Amino acid sequence: MNPRTPRALSIISRVTAIVCLLFAIASTVHGTDIPLDQRRSGYLDLGHDSKAMQDDDTINPATLWVQDGEELWNQKVGAASRACADCHQDATVSMKGVAARYPTFSVARNGPVNLEQRINLCRGEHQQAPPLAYESRELLALSAYVGRQSRGMAIAPPDDSRLVPFIEAGRKLFNRRIGQIDMSCAQCHDDNWGKKLAGSLIPQGQPTGYPIYRLEWQSLGSLQRRLRNCMSGLRAEAYEYGAPENVNLELFLMWRARGLQLETPAVRP
Amino acid sequence: MARQLINVPAKVKRGQVFEIKTLISHIMETGFRFTTTGDKIPRDIVTTFSCSYNGEEIFRADLYPAISANPFLDFFTVATESGTLDFKWAGDNGFSETASAKIVVE
Repeated sequence: MNPRTPRALSIISRVTAIVCLLFAIASTVHGTDIPLDQRRSGYLDLGHDSKAMQDDDTINPATLWVQDGEELWNQKVGAASRACADCHQDATVSMKGVAARYPTFSVARNGPVNLEQRINLCRGEHQQAPPLAYESRELLALSAYVGRQSRGMAIAPPDDSRLVPFIEAGRKLFNRRIGQIDMSCAQCHDDNWGKKLAGSLIPQGQPTGYPIYRLEWQSLGSLQRRLRNCMSGLRAEAYEYGAPENVNLELFLMWRARGLQLETPAVRP
Repeated sequence: MARQLINVPAKVKRGQVFEIKTLISHIMETGFRFTTTGDKIPRDIVTTFSCSYNGEEIFRADLYPAISANPFLDFFTVATESGTLDFKWAGDNGFSETASAKIVVE
């Protein structure tokens, strides 16, 4: 049969259409990673006043939590009556660079743990103290104080093959459409960053300064609080604090931001 | 637990105008919000702030519900004598905090 018959042509065009459609679906499902040199911290998009607020420790309200954290660091707690400082000594030395590499792999949990979970693991194992609640003033204070010691350092996720499946799981979540709005994280933060959503600029979603003092919250909050905000904005049911899904997302986001400077504690609108 | 942040230059020249920055930890609950069950959350704000320089009041402010949490106040004065700056905040539910800072005038 002559391949140029109308029927053959229509089959070719149908196949082409399907292939195009598949490519289109694949590109929306997987998104496109932001080229490494185009990644930017949300700090660069802040207004003049918010930048000033973050830059000066005496104006940045997050300093209140950092100071609380320093106090807690040296306070003996739990049945063991031990302070963080009793094992780790001076946080300005021992905690330098720690926040820049979290979440890390925990053998006991056989998966990644974030900084807040590590603090609570330490409390349980070494201080014999009950875990601090997520988003409690104490836990935010300690994570802000530990995070502060890595300010200015590059985000450096550990080169650990055990973390790879969890990073991939986080990437999958990042690219998965969720909620009644039926959108993925990637559709905004990979594909449309720099554009506007109503009046607000869409940032890349680089977690460079957590815990952050968010003006909308009028308080300090963790990365997971921010993630849960985004999820409820998509009218999806947010994962619980400390849920493996949230930790995997956190891990993926830190990997995605590798090399960017840590600003903890940052200020964001 | 940390309550305030005060930023005053350690040394200033006589006659020089210098900046005083203060920030206090406070939730500044407006009194206009309700819980999910419909109960009104009572107002809890800082209502007044004052600063005195060697006992003489140099700055005073009234605060209202529209002011954000952890209120930050920034103001200026003229350096006259070495001494102490005393800060005082007062508010709802008997809230009362003080702080002070030393200043050297050369």
